[in-house]
Amino acid sequence: MADNAHAAEGTGLVFHPMDQFKVQPLFGGTDVSWYTPTNAMLWLALTVLAVFLVMVVGTRGRAVIPSRGQSIGELAYGFVYKMIEDVTGKDAIVYFPYIMTLFMFILMNNFLGLIPASFANTAQIAVTAILAFAVFFAVTIIGFVKHGTHFLGLFWVTSAPLAIRPVLAVIEVISYFVRPVSHSIRLAGNITAGHAVIKVFAAFAGLVALSPLAILGITAMYGLEMLVAFIQAYVFTILTCVYLKDALHPSH
Amino acid sequence: MEGSIAEMGKFIGAGLSAFGMGLAAIGVGNVAGNFLAGALRNPSAAGGQTATLFIGIAFAEALGIFSFLVALLLMFAV
Repeated sequence: MADNAHAAEGTGLVFHPMDQFKVQPLFGGTDVSWYTPTNAMLWLALTVLAVFLVMVVGTRGRAVIPSRGQSIGELAYGFVYKMIEDVTGKDAIVYFPYIMTLFMFILMNNFLGLIPASFANTAQIAVTAILAFAVFFAVTIIGFVKHGTHFLGLFWVTSAPLAIRPVLAVIEVISYFVRPVSHSIRLAGNITAGHAVIKVFAAFAGLVALSPLAILGITAMYGLEMLVAFIQAYVFTILTCVYLKDALHPSH
Repeated sequence: MEGSIAEMGKFIGAGLSAFGMGLAAIGVGNVAGNFLAGALRNPSAAGGQTATLFIGIAFAEALGIFSFLVALLLMFAV
């Protein structure tokens, strides 16, 4: 969403708070084609590397008494496994690999985005929209494959009086198709907002009188953003589970 | 005095859409507050409902994020 952020023009700030979300080529120049190595590409690759380090290299020992690295991997695994079991049900465990991948990818992306001078990929609508639409299409297809036309019963609320059902059906259809939009914008918006606020506080550091406020503000917001980074990954995953539950058990 | 009426309208619109974020904050506070009120009455049942709490917060928060998005679009895209 911030690709078209303008440079600061007479706003009084040393740099523009939205400049950090610009996709730029790594090795000079300004043209971005699909094959240009950009900062987005670099941090996406580092995210994959981080997930690999935690989940594959960290658990390589398979010790009975886990090391620290293995404990982190096991905690993450158990956390997502229990979430799917609680929210979606035991029959959804076959979709565990994809949901685990989603969770670890978003979590690592959020945390790597918090490293100073890094690039937050989850703040880009393009990244989160792909993730959200993948979930949306997958859930819709799973619903139709598993239940056929009965899946449309999701929109026909049989527990309501017959007179209200057409109205409810319209509302249900709209809310179904708004899902990928809200799913992606929630993640991107939260990360964008947090990073922009940190940058605004950072801009205060240029003024001597305000610099203590800048340090306090950045420290406080950074702590909050660590929490938000985890909670947004959790929320994205749990909403995926909720949508999946609708596809597997469409009756109201 | 420079700029145009459209420029001014952009900033007014962005400021107005910031109200939506404040209202979403009320909604999120409502969800969390009611959860806490219920959880303190029956602490043993609270643990199983944290997932519901986060889903509720996420839905309330999404609408605030939408108004934030409208503000961003007005400032940088329109």
